[in-house]
Amino acid sequence: MTASRQGAPGFSLSRFADTILPKLVIAPTVLACLIGFYGFIGWTAWLSFTESRLLPKYEWAGFVQYVELFGNDRWWMAMQNLAVFGGLFIFFGLAIGLIMAVLLDQRIRGEGAIRTIYLYPMALSFIVTGTAWKWILNPGLGIEKLLHDWGFNNVVFDWIINPDFAIYTVVIAGIWQSSGFVMALFLAGLRGVDDSIIKAAQMDGASLPTIYRRIIIPSLRPVFLSAFMILAHIAVKSFDLVMALTAGGPGFATDLPSIFMYQHGFSRGQLGLGAASAMMMLFTVAAVVMPFLYSELRRERRG
Amino acid sequence: MQPRRLTLALTVACAFSLPAAAGTVEVLHWWTSGGEAKSAAELKKMIEARGHTWKDFAVAGGGGDNAMTVLKTRVVSGNPPVAAQVKGPAIQEWAAEGVLANLDAVSAAEKWDTLLPPVVANVMKYKGHYVAVPVNVHRVNWMWANPEVFKKVGVEPPKSWDEFDAVATKIEKAGFIAVAHGGQPWQDNTVFESVALGIGGAAYYNKAFVKLEPAAINSPTTIKAFDTLRMVRKHMDKDMPGRDWNLATAMVINGKAAMQFMGDWAKGEFAAAGKVPGKDYLCLAAPGTANAFTFNVDSFIVFAQKNKDMKPASDFASTILSTPFQEVFNQNKGSIPVRLGHDMSKFDDCAKKSAADFVASNKSASLVPSFAHQMAQPSAAQGAIQDVVSSFMNSNMTSKEAVAKLLEAAKKK
Amino acid sequence: MANLAYHQTTHAKVARYAIYAVLGLMVLFYLAPLFVMLSTSFKSLDEIRTGNLLSLPGVLRFEAWQAAWSSACTGMECTGMAPYFSNSLKMMVPAVLISTLVGAFNGYILSMWRFKGADTFFLLLLIGTFLPFQVIILPMAQVLSMLEIENSTARLVLVHVIYGLQFTTLFFRNYYVTVPSELVKAARIDGAGFFRIFFKILLPISIPTIMVCLIWQTTQIWNDFLFGVIFSSGDGQPITVALNNLVNTSTGVKQYNVDMAAAIIAALPTLIVYAIGGKYFVRGLTAGAVKG
Repeated sequence: MTASRQGAPGFSLSRFADTILPKLVIAPTVLACLIGFYGFIGWTAWLSFTESRLLPKYEWAGFVQYVELFGNDRWWMAMQNLAVFGGLFIFFGLAIGLIMAVLLDQRIRGEGAIRTIYLYPMALSFIVTGTAWKWILNPGLGIEKLLHDWGFNNVVFDWIINPDFAIYTVVIAGIWQSSGFVMALFLAGLRGVDDSIIKAAQMDGASLPTIYRRIIIPSLRPVFLSAFMILAHIAVKSFDLVMALTAGGPGFATDLPSIFMYQHGFSRGQLGLGAASAMMMLFTVAAVVMPFLYSELRRERRG
Repeated sequence: MQPRRLTLALTVACAFSLPAAAGTVEVLHWWTSGGEAKSAAELKKMIEARGHTWKDFAVAGGGGDNAMTVLKTRVVSGNPPVAAQVKGPAIQEWAAEGVLANLDAVSAAEKWDTLLPPVVANVMKYKGHYVAVPVNVHRVNWMWANPEVFKKVGVEPPKSWDEFDAVATKIEKAGFIAVAHGGQPWQDNTVFESVALGIGGAAYYNKAFVKLEPAAINSPTTIKAFDTLRMVRKHMDKDMPGRDWNLATAMVINGKAAMQFMGDWAKGEFAAAGKVPGKDYLCLAAPGTANAFTFNVDSFIVFAQKNKDMKPASDFASTILSTPFQEVFNQNKGSIPVRLGHDMSKFDDCAKKSAADFVASNKSASLVPSFAHQMAQPSAAQGAIQDVVSSFMNSNMTSKEAVAKLLEAAKKK
Repeated sequence: MANLAYHQTTHAKVARYAIYAVLGLMVLFYLAPLFVMLSTSFKSLDEIRTGNLLSLPGVLRFEAWQAAWSSACTGMECTGMAPYFSNSLKMMVPAVLISTLVGAFNGYILSMWRFKGADTFFLLLLIGTFLPFQVIILPMAQVLSMLEIENSTARLVLVHVIYGLQFTTLFFRNYYVTVPSELVKAARIDGAGFFRIFFKILLPISIPTIMVCLIWQTTQIWNDFLFGVIFSSGDGQPITVALNNLVNTSTGVKQYNVDMAAAIIAALPTLIVYAIGGKYFVRGLTAGAVKG
């Protein structure tokens, strides 16, 4: 549907201005993108091949930092945590967002209010949410104590202090914060579905769940992609949330690559190692996300 | 305001003879709360009395993590503050980057070499020049105890790690928490450091944790230290992960827990709660470390400025070491003055004991730098060791595995 | 699908109750932390220590709120959150407006005035989204000092505009892609130029997308901590940095009620934006910003 977007060939001087103007207007963004993203990535890449400690140094040192990184237990732990956190966060974020959107789309009374309530966590800073959830999940102050006070003395809910489960508390807080936004995306998608297709299906005697499963949800493919992109980018960049909630602990049970990078690169004076870890993060993300983006842009062109 | 007017007049007079006599003193620090902020405010007053403008540059959080990041961006962009809160071997690292100024003039004029204990002075020097000014001396190997709890249980505070287990078990049987602790990497290390010192003594500690000698690390003593840490870990409550140290102190204050291993900044919490040392709480050396002293010295490094004006930095350093500031600051912060021969009469009993032990341990070669508080190693090695200890505390790692990992970490100099 | 016919059988009724039950439970889940924060902020410290999470404050106390707003100490200054609040506003308003406007132009060009390499550029921009911000701290500091921008607000505006453009561009491009290109072609034949088409034809129909951008950017910029702490100095610090300084006390008694009140104050503007703009948000997303 976006086949012919090319500007019509110029007929006159004003047409000539029209071919120059767009490029001129977008130039600052291109420049900002090239310097602010790719220039800085290049700079980081260079540092990852140096022995930089406290401050940047530019003498080539080969792959020492990568060798050290790959031999670092904490790094692998952080990557593993990112896989667990990212996987669960994206999956449940999508699932809960979709379910809530479908339910909200059933002519619900007070939809506006409910929608706002689902959305508001997105408005809060991760520092705020981290602090609140830290309280609620703390066994001595929060849910566990509450249940004990109510007489359920055997209930144990100590995920946040249990190294094997702490990462799931990060998932919970992350989903709480982001699923409302995903819900809004899906709801918008649902509102955009062509009613006539659904009516036709109903004429054929299809039940509501079937219609959702067979027709509506598959048509939301682009929404899934947007939501995936947004959740993935939140997952990879998660830093404030974890710092406020668990600070990477207990031990390194909730350590993430972004925290690893920040601590080594800035507070520990191992800038080179930090740069190497940043490059590995970028490669990982690129490997996961690029195929998606590429295929989607191609579909759009073809479509 | 007579003295102030006098200094003002003097500064004005100086302004005519010297160009750029007064300047802006911008100091990066993370003294943002309680007694620390009060002390910083005192510093501001004194600096302003010397005719400078104070530009506060406080970055809180993460035990200075954020502050370090900000500092690096400022240095990289060629606009460093006059001074920044950096301590231990990190001072040498910064100096090696070639961005620091030296304090030769002021240190010579004020005879720092006789004023400061040599152990402290050495840390402040890079290739024989002072590049940093020390503020105070904290003792880390303290055990804070609630005497009421010990009385109720009917036991004496443990004097060695061997008797610790039995005492702690009795305390727990009586329904108290034996050890108040916050599960954060630096707190884990604070405990481990006292354990290692108590088990192996100062000579071993120096070899294994200051010089990082593989033979000393890979020894039965280190295994025993980790075993002991595992034992102590069992006497901490299960809610400890992520707890701030001052909340752990509060547990000792209100009689929920019997003891806490923490540096003397914990005293500020007791003081704020209106508690009296010796009566409401006890400051005891950690088991087996009565004759030793792990020191943690806060200090400021000074940066080379574009305009080459050293007056703000010199005046700042001179104020830091001045008797009035040392007196006020250290009473607020719980530490002892870094000046030798400071009159301790207005300090509390814990500080007096600390000051006496500092001198005594220096003579008996049992004055050691605290590795948990970045006094013993550059940040890379310190961080790696901290990672090992913290993983050990939070997993089922065996002591043998921990020693192996420690050997790895020690390679990072 | 709001107009799907409903069979009002018992079966359907049960299903409906179930839907309301699930939605209601989710409402509780979403509201719980806010409730805890609010009720804590009205309690005294003693009440916090003795009571539990869900207990209501005995008396509504506003002391914590007062302290958080005007007298709590963040470091040496005991000014509360008030001055930082205005710092954040001064930085947020220009940053949001500029990034939205530039994003709109970019989207317009990438969909209606495609040039060679437009797709590649768009892809590069999208991938840039995944760059962890910690990576850009040091090089950005160098660039800012080369540009000799000293003012905290100006520095933060510039940084936020640069790193907000990917999203605003994405939102507008995806919306404009759905606008029939005949609209623009007809205008061009009528002799309308680049700017005229944008301001007269496209901008008026972009209100929903503009709302999405405003809401998104407001949230991102207001809540940012990392850039705020790094690229501002002293009295130019934004509110998230002040909140961090307030909450992260290294000594002293922890005043949970003041912390919570300060946290809510820090979140108020974005909460208000969401409460008012929430419906435009979904509407704007429906208008096309959700396409891939």
